[in-house]
Amino acid sequence: MNSFDQLSLKELVNEVSNGSLLGIPADYSGVPMHFTKALIKKGVKNLRLYCLPLTTIQGDMLIGSGCVSEIEAAAVTLGEFGLAPQFSHAIEHNDLVIKDSTCPALHAQLQATEKSVPFMPLRGVIGSDIQKYRKDWQIIKNPMNSSGVKDEPILLLPAVQLDVFVFHAACADRNGNIQIGRRRELATLAHASKKVFVTVEKILNDDFFENELTAATCLPALYIDGISVIKNGAWPCALPGVYPADNKEIKKYSIAAKTKQGFDEYMKYSLS
Amino acid sequence: MNKEIKREELLISQLADLLVHDKHVAVGAASPIPGAAALLAKEEAKAKNRRLRVTILHSNKYNNFTDGARELFDCAAQGRIDTFFLGGVQIDAQANINLVGTGEYPKVIKRFPGSFGSALMYFVVPQIILFREEHSPRTLVNKVDFISAPGVSDEKIYRPGGPKYLLTNRALFKFNKDLKKFSLLKLNQNETTEGIEKLTGFKFDVNKRVSVMSDPDISRLKILRNKIAPMVSEFYPEFADRIWGI
Repeated sequence: MNSFDQLSLKELVNEVSNGSLLGIPADYSGVPMHFTKALIKKGVKNLRLYCLPLTTIQGDMLIGSGCVSEIEAAAVTLGEFGLAPQFSHAIEHNDLVIKDSTCPALHAQLQATEKSVPFMPLRGVIGSDIQKYRKDWQIIKNPMNSSGVKDEPILLLPAVQLDVFVFHAACADRNGNIQIGRRRELATLAHASKKVFVTVEKILNDDFFENELTAATCLPALYIDGISVIKNGAWPCALPGVYPADNKEIKKYSIAAKTKQGFDEYMKYSLS
Repeated sequence: MNKEIKREELLISQLADLLVHDKHVAVGAASPIPGAAALLAKEEAKAKNRRLRVTILHSNKYNNFTDGARELFDCAAQGRIDTFFLGGVQIDAQANINLVGTGEYPKVIKRFPGSFGSALMYFVVPQIILFREEHSPRTLVNKVDFISAPGVSDEKIYRPGGPKYLLTNRALFKFNKDLKKFSLLKLNQNETTEGIEKLTGFKFDVNKRVSVMSDPDISRLKILRNKIAPMVSEFYPEFADRIWGI
């Protein structure tokens, strides 16, 4: 028996159902763009995006295509290419619910699930409007006598478990272990998700666990539910250490997506 | 070498001056000018046999972290980062910053990216430098429409960090935590205190010895253009191309 399930893109897309809480990696950690376009083509609806901690073109495309009903993020942006136009438009026209957050809170909520504890405390944040509008967050007084300052107000964040998380990586080994390098937030996302799927550039006939260096930089197969081989699967986003972002293409998108017509035309060309 | 100094180069130089006592400076998203300033300060520190570490979040090369994106926040909370930069769509009299949008939240008129890590970093990093190029009554407001991170906190709240300076393309202010107020420290060339008062949407104190921002000297300019510019192009290619044509 194979030590992992190799899936077709179609099988992979079918793993994401309407209404799923979908984990979204940041632009520096392997964005599964090819998969995202297939998901848009399928016409998935009411996705809830959980961004760790931000999203760029992936989130903007999903929102513009009407696939998203809610997003939890610390930022949605096209980085050097300005605002995420479809996201901003959706928020300004009340078409999208946003749970505004801050990066460390998005990490901590998943870290709580990693440890299987119901909540995680975090310092800072108190007194911000982020905290004011997050009714799912609570402030308590530090009950500890021996750590921190007794009765210091501290924020508690609920554990969040994702339904499904999909990312793109450089390679898998023959046992289905995934190389993630220093992008350890991918491990956090995977640990906190019910299902995890990965698109990779290639599958190597190696065993990452035979070597200390490759063992330390991989996400073990035990967290992975399926792998698809997709060459250039992050394009036009970067795949760290493998290829840079295609800035020309992202710029093209940033200009096109400023209007509904421009966005539709871009997506028609992009999905064809 | 072209001796004409670009506005961005002057701002990089101003920021570099504020980093001379640091051991570790971190730079977050969408911050080419702070990024260049941190690398410049590092290079100058090296020449003085002093070690300054720089972490540029959006770079693979100039990045000290291996534990994922959360490490920046954990590292900052541990007190291992001396200076960090934050911006804002709006910054107000009490140094509250808004990175979310204008209008009455959640029904904003204009939506911006979001708060990023500001709501923790502002609390735990000892020297936060607020940096916003546009200096106008729409960016420097009396009260922000949304508080991504508050400038000051109740004394019961754990807060070793907070705002120290605000730099715009027209002026440098220092923030006084006790008075909860900015104080004008330096003016860009061609600016006057009266002019700055008109362009600032909040009231501020004026330091007794307001000075004019000095241009980077030739040696600093050389380091910036010859050494730092190519480094910046690795993580902010658009910016490096626009300013230095590389």
